[in-house]
Amino acid sequence: MGALGHYIEREGVATAQISLIREQTAAIRPPRALWVPFMLGRPFGAPNEPDFQRSVLRALLSLFERPSGPVLEDFSKDAPAAAAQEEGFACPVSFVPVTAGGRGLARAMWEEIAQLATWYSLARKRRGRTTVGVFGATVADAARHVASYVDGAPDAPPVAGWSAGMAVKRACDDVKAYYYEAVAAQPGNLAAKAVEDWFWRETAAAKAFLAIRDICLKSDDESLKPLGKLSLIPRFVTDELNRAQQEQHTT
Amino acid sequence: MARLTDFSEAERKHHLEKIRDLPDFGCTPYVPGPPLHERRVAIVTTSGVHVRGDRPFDIGAADYRVVPGDTPAGNLLMSHVSVNFDRSGFQEDVNVVFPFDRLHELKAEGVVGSISDFHYSFMGAAPIRALEPKARELASLLKKDRVDAVLLTPV
Repeated sequence: MGALGHYIEREGVATAQISLIREQTAAIRPPRALWVPFMLGRPFGAPNEPDFQRSVLRALLSLFERPSGPVLEDFSKDAPAAAAQEEGFACPVSFVPVTAGGRGLARAMWEEIAQLATWYSLARKRRGRTTVGVFGATVADAARHVASYVDGAPDAPPVAGWSAGMAVKRACDDVKAYYYEAVAAQPGNLAAKAVEDWFWRETAAAKAFLAIRDICLKSDDESLKPLGKLSLIPRFVTDELNRAQQEQHTT
Repeated sequence: MARLTDFSEAERKHHLEKIRDLPDFGCTPYVPGPPLHERRVAIVTTSGVHVRGDRPFDIGAADYRVVPGDTPAGNLLMSHVSVNFDRSGFQEDVNVVFPFDRLHELKAEGVVGSISDFHYSFMGAAPIRALEPKARELASLLKKDRVDAVLLTPV
């Protein structure tokens, strides 16, 4: 982000950026930056908090009034948590623990998608939008592609010019967006971390993604390899898996 | 929660290693401009947001997508390749990443002069040096549009 500030301002256009990781911004020294103490992915703090978002935006815009730079200022207020936000929760849709691989795993994912369908429809109606749609028109398009990998017979990318890696990555992203949007419609204001933990620890979809990661890591396809290392499974999950493996080796 | 001290050890290590790998940008440019209430504002995000139907971002993509200012929230998707940031906020409310509505409210209050009809989106996971040609191209577009305040928003 700080690099863009340098590149654009060098061409004569003033910039001001949000900084999410202060140490990185301090090292890059962009023209104007406002560090905010919010989670990655939420540069304006919290959803559906217009007053708070406006206060962040005002603070960012105010940097254009500084006479000289570089400027790195701190926005010290934490983002508001939604009322009665639950750190841990029991998803009203109880999924059967998945032990199967291959077709059993794909079948379990399809069952979860069916169980979440009503919640997803509610979320879509309430929000008036969905972020599913990067891979195909519906979650079923994406789930079919994910299932084809888990079943051992990967489908070809659906769009000319898409690599196998980008196709399966986009399919996984659409499936994950469906789960996240569906669970957000359920009662209770769920903390982002609680939803993340639920998805990665309790769903067959996450287990399918982990199986695809293993396929990618073993693949000779140059578009699949980097996906397996970096872009399918978050670091907190792979760190936990690595730690568990190390503990197994030492016992 | 984006304080390094709040991250797991592995996450912290990852972000600190990124600092070590940063290129030296030399002197920081600093362009003066008119008072804020006279400025024309555009948003440039690195969130990998794009209009539904536009090309999703590939791994390493260093180009940008145009997001017309009248794009309905329902037509915005995110195809950033990273899985290490929260997307549930964006799913709930685009303004947490792309503060369209908030900017228009501040324009109505007279805080800023005007808002560009066009905004732009990169994907922040691109190699830093690879961004330069497209960033320079974008700066040229912004100047033609008389934009003199660019808001850079990451994820």
